[in-house]
Amino acid sequence: MRIIVQSDPFDFGHEANTFAQGHKDQGAVVTFTGIVRDNADHTLERMVIEHYPGMTEKALTKIATEAMNRWELGDALVIHRYGDLAVGEMIMMVATASRHRKNAFEAAEYLMDYLKSRAPFWKKEFLNDGAEWVDAKDEDEASLDRWG
Amino acid sequence: MLEVLYFAWVRERIGLPKERVETNAATVMDLVEELRAREPRYAAAFEDLSALRVAVDQDLTDFDASLVNAREVAFFPPMTGG
Repeated sequence: MRIIVQSDPFDFGHEANTFAQGHKDQGAVVTFTGIVRDNADHTLERMVIEHYPGMTEKALTKIATEAMNRWELGDALVIHRYGDLAVGEMIMMVATASRHRKNAFEAAEYLMDYLKSRAPFWKKEFLNDGAEWVDAKDEDEASLDRWG
Repeated sequence: MLEVLYFAWVRERIGLPKERVETNAATVMDLVEELRAREPRYAAAFEDLSALRVAVDQDLTDFDASLVNAREVAFFPPMTGG
């Protein structure tokens, strides 16, 4: 299991390849990548992500350990960036490896659901006419319910 | 002595990322009341607690959580990771 919190960009292809090649007893690898998306009006100039050093790593480790145990994963990877990000840049990725695909898919969704509202990151959008903090969505909180 | 941290708009509203606070507050709520009484910018930041989350020693918790033996308390809005 690897948890990486960094401001620098990451090489998605390299990370996915390295992750997928490390396992002989796992038949499935699922990856997810989150990207800075422009808004409908095309006014987003950049995004800044703030985080809580120390707690971030602790929270991500807890979430990934829970996923590892619950879906009997062979491995899990979480990379999450902070700082300045331009539109189109990759914010984060998760990867999961399991014997069969169902567990890898479910665990990746679980990681994403918990990353959204239980890891201490805050997004601020800089638009061409000002900046605003991104509000948490009720649906993100509600999506945790299905995991019990 | 407690290390108190603020993030996102809470940090902006209070005007600093962290501070050391001399306090005998027994719970997070007691600490919030002490901070609210300090200055209007604190009162403004802590006006609506339903818009805030709190972590004690880097674990998410509730406003009625104990501060006995706590070293670090952080206040911030709901998180927006991923």
